[in-house]
Amino acid sequence: MATGTDPEVSAAADDHPARGVHHASRAAIPARHLRADRWWLTPAATAAGLLAFVAYSTWRAFAGDAYYAAPYVSPFYSPCLAANCVDMNGGADWELVGSWWRLSPALLILIFPLGFRLTCYYYRKAYYRGFWASPPACAVPEPHATYTGETRFPLILQNVHRYFFYFAVIVAGILTYDAVLGFRDADGAWGHMGLGTLVLLANIALIWAYTLSCHSCRHIVGGRLRNFSKHPVRYRMWGWVSALNARHMQLAWASLVSVAVADLYVYLVASGAFDDPRFF
Amino acid sequence: MTRVDRQSWDVVVVGAGGAGLRAAIEAREQGLRCAVICKSLFGKAHTVMAEGGIAASMGNVNHNDNWQVHFRDTMRGGKFLNNWRMAELHAQEAPDRVWELETWGAVFDRTPDGRISQRNFGGHEYPRLAHVGDRTGLELIRTLQQKIVSLQQEDEREYGDYEARLKVFQECTVTRVLKDNRRVSGVFGYERESGRFFVIEAPAVVLATGGIGKSFKVTSNSWEYTGDGHALALLAGARLMNMEFVQFHPTGMVWPPSVKGILVTESVRGDGGVLRNSEGRRFMFDYVPDVFKEKYAESEAEGDRWYTDPDHNRRPPELLPRDEVARAINAEVKAGRGSPHGGVFLDVSTRMPAEMIKRKLPSMHHQFKELADVDITAEPMEVGPTCHYVMGGIEVDPDTAAASGVPGLFAAGEVAGGMHGSNRLGGNSLSDLLVFGRRAGLHAARYAAGFATGAAPAVADADVELAEAEALRPFGAEGGVPGEEEGAPENPYTLHQELQQAMGDLVGIIRRAPEMEEALHRLAGLRARARRAGVEGHRQFNPGWHLALDLRNMLLVSECVARAALERTESRGGHTRDDHPGMDRRWRRVNLVCRLADESAQQAVTDSALGLVRLERCETPPIRPDLMALFEKEELTKYLTDEELTS
Amino acid sequence: MSYQARFKVWRGDADGGGLADFEVAVNEGEVVLDIIHRLQATAAPDLAVRWNCKAGKCGSCSAEINGRPRLMCMTRMSVFDPAETITVTPMRAFPVVRDLVTDVSYNYAKAREVPAFVPPAELGPGQYRMQQEDVGRIQEFRKCIECFLCQDTCHVVRDHEENKGAFAGPRFLMRVAELDMHPLDAADEAGVDRRRGAREDHGLGYCNITKCCSEVCPEHIKITDNALIPLKERVVDRSYDPLVWLGNKIRRRQGT
Repeated sequence: MATGTDPEVSAAADDHPARGVHHASRAAIPARHLRADRWWLTPAATAAGLLAFVAYSTWRAFAGDAYYAAPYVSPFYSPCLAANCVDMNGGADWELVGSWWRLSPALLILIFPLGFRLTCYYYRKAYYRGFWASPPACAVPEPHATYTGETRFPLILQNVHRYFFYFAVIVAGILTYDAVLGFRDADGAWGHMGLGTLVLLANIALIWAYTLSCHSCRHIVGGRLRNFSKHPVRYRMWGWVSALNARHMQLAWASLVSVAVADLYVYLVASGAFDDPRFF
Repeated sequence: MTRVDRQSWDVVVVGAGGAGLRAAIEAREQGLRCAVICKSLFGKAHTVMAEGGIAASMGNVNHNDNWQVHFRDTMRGGKFLNNWRMAELHAQEAPDRVWELETWGAVFDRTPDGRISQRNFGGHEYPRLAHVGDRTGLELIRTLQQKIVSLQQEDEREYGDYEARLKVFQECTVTRVLKDNRRVSGVFGYERESGRFFVIEAPAVVLATGGIGKSFKVTSNSWEYTGDGHALALLAGARLMNMEFVQFHPTGMVWPPSVKGILVTESVRGDGGVLRNSEGRRFMFDYVPDVFKEKYAESEAEGDRWYTDPDHNRRPPELLPRDEVARAINAEVKAGRGSPHGGVFLDVSTRMPAEMIKRKLPSMHHQFKELADVDITAEPMEVGPTCHYVMGGIEVDPDTAAASGVPGLFAAGEVAGGMHGSNRLGGNSLSDLLVFGRRAGLHAARYAAGFATGAAPAVADADVELAEAEALRPFGAEGGVPGEEEGAPENPYTLHQELQQAMGDLVGIIRRAPEMEEALHRLAGLRARARRAGVEGHRQFNPGWHLALDLRNMLLVSECVARAALERTESRGGHTRDDHPGMDRRWRRVNLVCRLADESAQQAVTDSALGLVRLERCETPPIRPDLMALFEKEELTKYLTDEELTS
Repeated sequence: MSYQARFKVWRGDADGGGLADFEVAVNEGEVVLDIIHRLQATAAPDLAVRWNCKAGKCGSCSAEINGRPRLMCMTRMSVFDPAETITVTPMRAFPVVRDLVTDVSYNYAKAREVPAFVPPAELGPGQYRMQQEDVGRIQEFRKCIECFLCQDTCHVVRDHEENKGAFAGPRFLMRVAELDMHPLDAADEAGVDRRRGAREDHGLGYCNITKCCSEVCPEHIKITDNALIPLKERVVDRSYDPLVWLGNKIRRRQGT
């Protein structure tokens, strides 16, 4: 009888090349999908937003100039690890790499935030949907003939997200240091605050919020525990991270924009297009 | 004649709700091969609708609780008509059944010291209901389902086949219990998906099919509740008892029309919700009956204090047993003090902060938001009585769950009678399923094991052919069956609606003799017309055909309800007579028992005085003295006759 | 209040079928399932549909309405424009049986492949002690009504029939997560490695966390954020942590 809970073995897979929702066993509906709403809007907007950032950041990362306007440093260039960095007056310009590096110093350090965001569980969703159309939207078929997800190289490397998170914490710490240095004036004397200070502060607040709201962070802080009741402090921290984590997508976008804005602000000031309004 | 698929199993369980699955687990753990048959998909049974909890006197929240108190509450709730032995076994075994669920993976809400949390409910003296938010039934069914899967995994390791010793036949309907002389020999049914017929031969059959609510117009029950098990038992020669007792849950949704009857959990009142009429009055204070006068608050202030200080205050009358609350709501609406859509107001919005409502009553919040556009944190709900549960059912032996008069037939859960007397307490249903589900499975297995050496009752080909012809009848109805009454084919949906209307209007929450006579008359007419119920199309997943077959069961069961209700000239629990408003102690000693008029005959008797069902009065067994001693003499005098008290 | 609505309902079986047009009355407060029932009682008595509680609690009446996986009983007619034509089809990730009914046995097969809860040997019934904060996480997963809409919408199997063997789907990966987070599950003691199982037997790696399962869940369970990603992180602990990997490598070399 066919009424048990065993699936009937269908031999259809080989005989009929039709894929997915057009597989021979499924309801015969010619349309690939029947969604009547504007399902394409979200992936299109996501792709556009990400492309805009990629274009801007590529230009700025390779530019290699106008990234320091004392006391402000662009987040794209901190820490600055090459010999060709400008002097940042006590800032994070540490010559670790040596003088053989001739390219923009941003490229040395951007690997880490880039890797963190590239392997981030939200950005993965965003670009799988927006660029790879896998799937473009729910119940809208993807165009690919085969799919193995994150089971194989290279996408299996997404599992290194946690290690990028550790680096991201270090980078966020350095950017915090940069933001604090924003309270010095151009000569290094404390007791300064300009619009740039605010921009860096807002940026670092969003960077921290994004970094700490990360799913890996949530796991490390408490998610991996079996008994919360035996670790009350970690349980509390897990609760806070979980609250942030619920807004991970919003924070991902907000911090992406804030990084670009912070860099743009420094660029405008450094290139002389704009004078930093000073509050005190 | 088409070839009918035949299989042999040791035990067949009909129904895959809480009782059926518990029975199947037990039979399999006894080492027997067990088949479960259910009308829906595995895991969708009506048990998922249970919200409040499982009553079990674990004493986790109030350590004064024990089985004797639970027993006492159950007897009081049922107005002492309960089979005392069932009530005793139920109260004694319920905690073990709940704890056992934990070892199978159930995750109940917890107390601060890590035990299973228990909540207050109508009619229960102490917080007693083990629960998971307001979705306890889902937890129960899922746990049992997953236990079955784990047993199947064991069998797969041992035999290489998940279904070697425990198989679920989902989306199948049983239309006949087959017999070899007096003894059960198997079941006949059809696959809903394909329409193919099948026979499962088995010496023991457990009926666990649930209730009869779909015979009524306003009900919280799903389409499955067509009284199948009641009718199967009746047709197999078993007897139904206490069928006049139908519980109308006081709070069902009344608007919009498409959701009318859907349950609003009693937890709303248990957690602080109050009932008000259109004048804003908490009318339940006007409806506390004498037997409960000392146990319920007399003022709103006292009732409100009870939620935080239950030791020094009495509970608010909103928490009276369900029958009392349902009658009160009915009376308010009739007196013209109802809400715009014919109910009364149930309000939590002015009683608790919005956040707390969302946390304590998540699925109610969701249900009203999604289905009625009502935000229960900001406005009151409109509620009214809805047919919820039938206390009556198959007469069974309390210890073994064996149906009387039919060797090999067992029954557990809502389909079995006696446990709840004239009115069931909230939370006693889930525990009933587990306690008697296990007992039915155990004793069915023991009975079936007796046939291990062969000589099991045989299924006769002639019986299979008869069952097949009966099931195919709706397809032939169009052309008219030779030698049968004349008339155009009837639409089964129309017949069903007329039945629901008749039962709702005439044998509903408040009953009168002339109306019930009229109901019997209409049932006779419907019976004749149901013979001509015809369907179009083919047998593959044809809902019209399924309904046409279910009509037989609903009509039989409805006749039992109407006949018994007409006979019992008193009001008690789930049976309220406008023309006999008082409870009569002499009636407590009487169980009304239905059996089929002529087991071999299948014709539609259109004479309403005759009908298909015969009614008998049976005396209730006397309560064991040590159990009697659990009550104050004064209380017993309200229920028991003087001679019972002196003897 | 009432109006005539235009419906397209898929009718047919495994051999073929198509969208049938209906004009049907709609009253205030009704849901899509009410309309389907009205069609059964009037124009199409043999229209096959699976349903049960009609209150969003049993998860039987799953279908696709205007191309989106939904429960018919929880989709109110008031969300549609009266002029709109509403299309109702069976779930498109599973084999069709007839009309709106599909063969969902894939899900039952996957349910069986997840090793059951292992009770701790040292605790008897009634001795379990668990704190509310330890069970809160898994209680969210146990809200699941098994409507299988997440399984239906998941592109891993919806768009790739061939992945059905290797991939358990969001519902049953969530079940693995539930058991792995159960405070008293004794799988380790019984030699059951749930994390390895998630990766090797249930195909967790196929999930690319595009969150359609969470989007369609009628119980609003955060399947991706609270079950699948935490499970992926647990698998990282188990299988992709370079320190653990190195340790295993060394130990294995010593063993040989």
